[in-house]
Amino acid sequence: MGQSHISNNVRNLRFNHHEMTQQQLADQVGVTRQTIVAIEKGKYSPSLELAFRIARVFKLPLEDVFTYEGADSTNK
Amino acid sequence: MSYQEKKNIVSLISTVLIFGFYCLYVYERFKDTILEGEALFRFWGAVILILIPITIVAKIIIEIIFIIINRIATREVEPSFADELDKLIGLKAMRTSYFVFILGFLLAMGALVLQMPPATMFIILFLSGFVSEVAGIVSQLYLYRKGV
Repeated sequence: MGQSHISNNVRNLRFNHHEMTQQQLADQVGVTRQTIVAIEKGKYSPSLELAFRIARVFKLPLEDVFTYEGADSTNK
Repeated sequence: MSYQEKKNIVSLISTVLIFGFYCLYVYERFKDTILEGEALFRFWGAVILILIPITIVAKIIIEIIFIIINRIATREVEPSFADELDKLIGLKAMRTSYFVFILGFLLAMGALVLQMPPATMFIILFLSGFVSEVAGIVSQLYLYRKGV
């Protein structure tokens, strides 16, 4: 529970994307603002579908938005 | 504090108040009544069944009042749908709630095995219903605060 191994730069991308608000992003991807807040704080790892929808809003590949930090330790 | 957190706090307070006032009412009204046999089972059946519609109606009224007050105070519009995070938290909270209720149910059955009076079994069952609901709400509140 709590912090996950998946980090993201949604917050930075929002600001670089015409200072998009959390509510605007939430409306575009079809979730509540609370969910965007939780994703940005790392309190919730979104479903694959939602992650793709967020990446699509910023016109970026998924890996540029979300990073799996536990990859090295689990692959060994 | 998010809308969901505020809603859960209101729900927690209303659950405690409704259950508390209902228990107080039942106790005041029937404290001098001695029930045995079939009458005892009928009494507890009625106590549990009547609490359900009272809780539903009271919670709906309290939620409407909360929405109105929250809208006036914060101008925040309540979410019109439950998204994947809400559903996930709801499911996890329900699991906690069921677990607590099953624990209460087992305790109630244990009371019968230990030859305690049937009223004890009903009280444990009645309380476990309440505690499981509180556990579900607290669990939702915790998950909204700490994350999933």
